[in-house]
Amino acid sequence: MRFTKLILAAVGLAVGVSGFAVSEAKAAEQFIPSLVYRTGPYAPNGTPFADGAMDYYKMLNARDGGINGVKLVVEECDTGYNTDRGVECYERLKGKGETGAAAFSPLSTGITYAIIERAAKDKIPVFSMGYGRTDASDGRVFPYVFTAPSTYWSQASALVRYVGSEEGGMANLKGKKIALVYHDSAYGKEPIPTLETLAEKYGFTFHKFPVTHPGLEQKATWLSIGRKLRPDWVFMWGWGVMNQTAIKEAAAVGFPMNKFIGAWWSGAEPDTRPAGKAAIGYKSAAFHSPGSNFIVHQDIFQHVYGKGNGTTTEDLVGEVLYNRGLINSVFVSEAIRTAMSKYGNKAMTGEQIRWGFENLDLTNAKLSKLGLSRFMKPVKITCLNHEGGTPLRIQEWKGQQWEFVSDWIEPMNDIVRPMIEASAAKYAAEKGITPRTCN
Amino acid sequence: MLYREAGQFKTSYAKDQAIFPILQDRVMMVLMLVVAFVGVPMLASEYWLSTIMLPFLVFSLAALGLNLLTGYAGQLSLGTGGFMATGAFAAYKLAVAFPEMNIVIVFLLSGVITAAVGVLFGLPSLRIKGFYLAVATLASQFFLIWMFNKFPWFTNYSSSGVISAPPRAVFGDFFVTGSSASPANKYLFTLVIVCVLALAAKNIVRSHVGRSWMAIRDMDIAAEIIGIKPLQTKLGAFAVSSFYCGISGALWAFIYTSSVEALAFDITRSFQILFMIIIGGLGSILGSFMGAAFIVLLPIFLSNAPTMFGLNISVDLISHMEFMIFGALIIFFLIVEPHGLARLWQIGKEKLRLWPFPY
Repeated sequence: MRFTKLILAAVGLAVGVSGFAVSEAKAAEQFIPSLVYRTGPYAPNGTPFADGAMDYYKMLNARDGGINGVKLVVEECDTGYNTDRGVECYERLKGKGETGAAAFSPLSTGITYAIIERAAKDKIPVFSMGYGRTDASDGRVFPYVFTAPSTYWSQASALVRYVGSEEGGMANLKGKKIALVYHDSAYGKEPIPTLETLAEKYGFTFHKFPVTHPGLEQKATWLSIGRKLRPDWVFMWGWGVMNQTAIKEAAAVGFPMNKFIGAWWSGAEPDTRPAGKAAIGYKSAAFHSPGSNFIVHQDIFQHVYGKGNGTTTEDLVGEVLYNRGLINSVFVSEAIRTAMSKYGNKAMTGEQIRWGFENLDLTNAKLSKLGLSRFMKPVKITCLNHEGGTPLRIQEWKGQQWEFVSDWIEPMNDIVRPMIEASAAKYAAEKGITPRTCN
Repeated sequence: MLYREAGQFKTSYAKDQAIFPILQDRVMMVLMLVVAFVGVPMLASEYWLSTIMLPFLVFSLAALGLNLLTGYAGQLSLGTGGFMATGAFAAYKLAVAFPEMNIVIVFLLSGVITAAVGVLFGLPSLRIKGFYLAVATLASQFFLIWMFNKFPWFTNYSSSGVISAPPRAVFGDFFVTGSSASPANKYLFTLVIVCVLALAAKNIVRSHVGRSWMAIRDMDIAAEIIGIKPLQTKLGAFAVSSFYCGISGALWAFIYTSSVEALAFDITRSFQILFMIIIGGLGSILGSFMGAAFIVLLPIFLSNAPTMFGLNISVDLISHMEFMIFGALIIFFLIVEPHGLARLWQIGKEKLRLWPFPY
């Protein structure tokens, strides 16, 4: 009996803390699903992203009453970064709301792969921002997938360009050794073909070091990098606990931090803070600014945290992954807004939001109107190019915060784009898809 | 009262050897099949079919395969995930290399390939047993996953190492894989495969093959003395078990998630299936299904329950509660009935046969 009482008390407490769902009868509501992971080995990185994504929607609801008067209803589903749970979440949420799910952002390359076909069939856009299937940037073969603002392949080429400029010119890359430490999964393997192509073109040697999930054991990897191979540069495609472990191990073998560059998923506070002083000087790519000195953050402080409605605590607002979650929500809500400009101010269907994504043009003027001036570069998505292809910047960990150390670096679109189109064409042939024409 | 079998006489050997000797069991089985084949596809929503029934069937098949090996032949294996991956990748290579080959043949051949791999990794079982064998099969788990990750040939040089099922039909327009396949088609196809293989498994374990497995399990020296050859018997068990696991892996990759990376079949998958047969009941066909239902359906139910009852709890709390309740229930069932859910059902049946006059 005591046991039952305990459980009842626990449930009661949980309900008390979070409060009951308030369901009011509203004229128009847009349902937005949010696949998150606040549990599991990737939770330290998944949680700030989910918080940022949620806070932006909350701010839109509090400040503007939603988008053009249509209130946003957001429901989270915890995937734990597991592909099968992600599929379950997708199926659970896709039909909710009066017009179904707006768009899915699974924040996992594995889940993205699993829902690409389902989403095309259900006519719901998949917005995989800077992850997922790179060749899905070809809008002719993948009408429902959007990879804006950049992809792993573009990122790899931008990193090589950055290394080239640090070495004093692309010609100096000849004979250099570049190593890639990667999460041995769909995510970590994505940049390999690009780096192999670039190695051939610029004459550097490319070495692969896979790390098995979840990546807590990297001693052998770093011994062979730091003592045997001694590469000139190390790139890292890591996620979750793998990142901080890699930084600690790199420091342990004395690999210079300023030659160690992470992908944009390997450069956030949860990755560098646990490594302490060892992480100072570690670099990573980024397509947006860190910090909370932007107008949009002031709005979030005022309308969300000021009313005690925040998802996290105020000091965590403006962390790298928080800002990335926020940007994810900006893209989704702006796609909805664009769709409304054509179809009217009511709840949009997935098909209409797909049109909104495809005609999304985030100019500098629009970004500053959103309170995001200088936060990121403008992005324009077209029917043909679902990536947009913004330039990247390199940021460096200074011990307390991330700071930009480079200017904006353009990806090598002339090399990456043909690879994307060839890969998409191969996929279309395998699946029996006839690519649509873009005019 | 329900199970009173007075008046049911067995007048021939065939009747005596029937799978379900009691009339009530036969009636119930037919009813269940009718519900599964007609009722579920008609009534269940897309969500139910594709995220609850499909994984349940796929996991049941894998648990069935492991139960044949561990429950009946007594060979503890931790390589189930590796064998499922073998089935998935074999089916992918076959389906892509021979586009005109029927999907049923693809699945059967992938099962045969997995059986061969299983025999190879079953060889250590001739010398070692128990926990030591578990470690040896663990090696197969890690080796196979490493192999599929390492060599891009297995994924047709896909940049991310993910295989994605090409669209295939069993006959005519009855597509079971790819985006044009409806959840009902997928469900029916999987159900037919699982039913046929479950029936085969039931008959294998009642035949001399299954009896020799059980003899080996109970005491291998004694079994050898009465004339059972350990080599053929143990390797046979590995082959049949891997055949089942391979087909289950192919179903997972092609029908359930329709795209898969080797990471989906890592060591946690092997443990998950081992837990299914421990909770469901070692050495029981029914137990494999019960265990799969428990391990697959319960977490989904637990994560849906708060919203079903209108409670607004944050998702991380739901996930953590799911872990706690699920763990507590596993311990609860293992304390109440260490022989698994199938044994509970058996006890219940015994009681029903005597009811209302127990002695």
